[in-house]
Amino acid sequence: MARAQSNRRIAVMTIIGWTIGILMFFPIFWTAVAAFKTESDAYTLPQNFLTTPWTLENFAIVQERSDYVRYVVNTTLIVVLSTALALALAVPAAWSLAFTPVEKPTSRLSGRAWLAIMLGASGACFIVLYVNGWKVSNFFVGFGLLMLVVIPATIWVWTRNTPGTLLWMLSTKMMPPAGALIPIYLIFNRNGLVFADWGIVDLREFNLMDSLWGMVLLMTLLNLPIFIWMLFSYFKEIPVAILEAARMDGASLWNELFRVLMPMALPGIVSTCLLNIILTWNEAFWSLNLTNKNAAPLSFFISEYSSPEGQFWAKLSAASIMAITPILVIGWFSQRQLVRGLTFGAVK
Amino acid sequence: MGSITLEHVNKSFGTHQVIPDVNLTIEDGDFVVFVGPSGCGKSTLLRLIAGLEDTSSGRILLDGQDMTDAGPAKRGLAMVFQSYALYPHMNVYNNIAFPLKMAKLDKATIDAKVKDAARILNLTEYLERKPRQLSGGQRQRVAIGRAIVREPIAFLFDEPLSNLDAALRVNMRLEISELHQQLKTTMVYVTHDQVEAMTMADKIVVLNAGRVEQFGTPMELYRTPANRFVAGFIGSPRMNFVDGAEATKYGVHAIGVRPEHITLSTTEGAWAGEVGVAEHLGSDTFLHVTCGPLGTLTVRAEGEKPLSHGDKVWLTPQPGRIYRFDKDGRTLAAA
Amino acid sequence: MPSVLVLSGWAFIPLALTFYFAFLSYNLQDPENTGWAGLSNFYYFFKDPFFVKDLINTIVLVVGVIVTTVVGGVFLALLLDQKFWGRGIVRLLVIAPFFIMPTVSSLVWKNLIMHPVFGLTAEIQRFFGEHQPFDWFGRAPLFSVGLIVAWQWLPYAALILLTALQSLDEEQKDAAQMDGANAVNYFWHIVLPHLARPITVVILIETIFILNVFAEIKVTSVGGFAGNLTYLVFSQLNDANDVGMAAAGGLVAVVLANIVSALLVRFVGKNLEA
Repeated sequence: MARAQSNRRIAVMTIIGWTIGILMFFPIFWTAVAAFKTESDAYTLPQNFLTTPWTLENFAIVQERSDYVRYVVNTTLIVVLSTALALALAVPAAWSLAFTPVEKPTSRLSGRAWLAIMLGASGACFIVLYVNGWKVSNFFVGFGLLMLVVIPATIWVWTRNTPGTLLWMLSTKMMPPAGALIPIYLIFNRNGLVFADWGIVDLREFNLMDSLWGMVLLMTLLNLPIFIWMLFSYFKEIPVAILEAARMDGASLWNELFRVLMPMALPGIVSTCLLNIILTWNEAFWSLNLTNKNAAPLSFFISEYSSPEGQFWAKLSAASIMAITPILVIGWFSQRQLVRGLTFGAVK
Repeated sequence: MGSITLEHVNKSFGTHQVIPDVNLTIEDGDFVVFVGPSGCGKSTLLRLIAGLEDTSSGRILLDGQDMTDAGPAKRGLAMVFQSYALYPHMNVYNNIAFPLKMAKLDKATIDAKVKDAARILNLTEYLERKPRQLSGGQRQRVAIGRAIVREPIAFLFDEPLSNLDAALRVNMRLEISELHQQLKTTMVYVTHDQVEAMTMADKIVVLNAGRVEQFGTPMELYRTPANRFVAGFIGSPRMNFVDGAEATKYGVHAIGVRPEHITLSTTEGAWAGEVGVAEHLGSDTFLHVTCGPLGTLTVRAEGEKPLSHGDKVWLTPQPGRIYRFDKDGRTLAAA
Repeated sequence: MPSVLVLSGWAFIPLALTFYFAFLSYNLQDPENTGWAGLSNFYYFFKDPFFVKDLINTIVLVVGVIVTTVVGGVFLALLLDQKFWGRGIVRLLVIAPFFIMPTVSSLVWKNLIMHPVFGLTAEIQRFFGEHQPFDWFGRAPLFSVGLIVAWQWLPYAALILLTALQSLDEEQKDAAQMDGANAVNYFWHIVLPHLARPITVVILIETIFILNVFAEIKVTSVGGFAGNLTYLVFSQLNDANDVGMAAAGGLVAVVLANIVSALLVRFVGKNLEA
């Protein structure tokens, strides 16, 4: 009796489960089907995809028309380089945060005092700018004013206790890109205009707009907080005694890091990298704003198809499928490991 | 070859002083145990010797050489950790070989030394296994093996047996003592268990709140404890302390008698009392006797004693075995 | 700690510059004519009819998507926690949308599914005899964008909540059954409280990301009707070329996001001590 009941229950669950699964996946499936159809068949509804001929021509046309491979190369370069760079920066940071934690803020000044200092510095900037008619006429003035704000802020962060530093890092990830868009955009794009009269350093020489390096740098900065945070949480799980044992065994700092710490944290490092790859691959805000032709990644490439003259759906589908497949596969394989990163470690 | 000298060693964490001014000389070849209640600074002291913590002031000499500022790797010491601290991603062979690889020895030498250590520790069959596939005792032996192959000038043990179950602990205790007999290398061993200290040590350092309360052989500590703290810490069951009127009779602040130095009688004696809990171990019987104003005293009687809750008994301290303490807890001449 | 230096440079310099530009009268079409603008940027930004509309859009989008995804996510997580045939494959199907590039999902939904003439929904409507299929993006742009965003974030909620669900102690279920709890009681008194924490995390993190939804709006070109604050900042910069206004808008967005992130940081911070 109970057996029969549980079998029926499983059968019902199977039906519900598959219905919902297929419903959720349907747009992707539909895209995949359209990608293998001729342009006219893709329009014709209902798509009888068993009878209409299958074709690979869309993929060839997409490549021919818009040089798909170049976007893939761009995306891959941006993803790989920024991940590597972030990893290189994050490992030492996470290591020092995890194993030499600072219990109490090392600064004798209270948070309120620092706030006052920063407000004062901002006020000073304000007055200087006001007197100068709100113009920065010289590189040194501009740089000096910036530093007046940035240096106390940095020292304040530096001297906080470990949780403080970490949380602050995480909070930078939460800053909306809209808040940083203007200066970044201007530095990337209009540097010749805004910063030209700063003298000395002619920013026009570094044309970052639509440059691969600019994107790599930006993506690194964008994901560094998550990187440090995740590595920190993985390192934290490694008993300090093991590192001390390595030290006793005569391991140099290098050996301690690369022969003991890194292999032990390898699963964590890999899943952090995967998360980073997925986030970077799908990144759209900055890509759409800051790239155009040379450095454009796949998300830009796809958005090109939104213009009315580009309504070739089979090709759009083909391009889409090519853009999402690699990351979909990575995502499927690493779904378990990703949860931790996707919640900033709050759910394991 | 392996003497360790601490001169005015001092350690503070922030404003909190953990080790105030310790002076200590450990002779070459000695098995020295640091013992004390948890939080007494014994592990910190060991870590200072290891170089895992920096001294706030004072000097640490190894073999007569000043090593105060040398890193842990430079000191030529080996350490066995409480958690064993095996490298989980390496097999047993590579765990033992790790310090040798760090010392950049050639492959053949490493191989010979690892095999040798594995043979001594009965680990030969397990060389290919990962630490998580080993039992607690085996892991412990791997940790020791990793220490042995370095041929250190001294071994440091940080509560190495506290993660093992009782039966295994007795076994490993013997194995470590055996090892010391074979190698004759200086060993410094930290534990909170005074039984381990008494059974293994050539010399014991009793620590309390970072201070060295007494340094001597186990029997010295047992027979002539320097103060009330040592008297109470060494010996099992604990020494009975009596203060107040009874102590004044002896002209001191407090007196102490070990449970094994009390004569038990059912008819007469110095102190009358009533049996509370009676623990029958077979070879011994521990009686917790409530003696009116004296409080509860523990008595150890040899063999089987047919006494139980509520029985009237009389206790008599053995003459010459009564310790007398002044009000600062210092031991005065025995009465 | 070079990372701290790099990060603080990253975090503070743009913010300081945004601040600077926010008080600057500066239009890219008129680059020579710059000067002190005082609060006028903010004044015009707030007075901009788009501001109020976009602010409302932002809030509607965030709240709507979160409610949908959390409710749907709990349901999906419960479903995927059951035993049934092919559960592993269904889980893959369900979480797939999360890994899809936002630009791709926007275009696919807009053109292949919801297009008023050639879309799948139009075809279905025609099948039922409706000759004027509903123009989703024309008539209900905000809903359409919300649908896409919800489709992308539903798997996120489901995945997180499923993971949390699987960490629920099996013995608790046995104990509850012994105590005579039925399925509804069990869900209400054991499962839901267990999920409270992960749900909070999902809400906070989704808030931060959905505040910043951009690609979906830009690519489907409904910014004029269903734009949010992020899009408004973008259009001030890109279409009106008004740096000062855009910067002022950016600051408003920062303040909004900070309220949420302060909550999240406090929440995650508790984990640090544990």
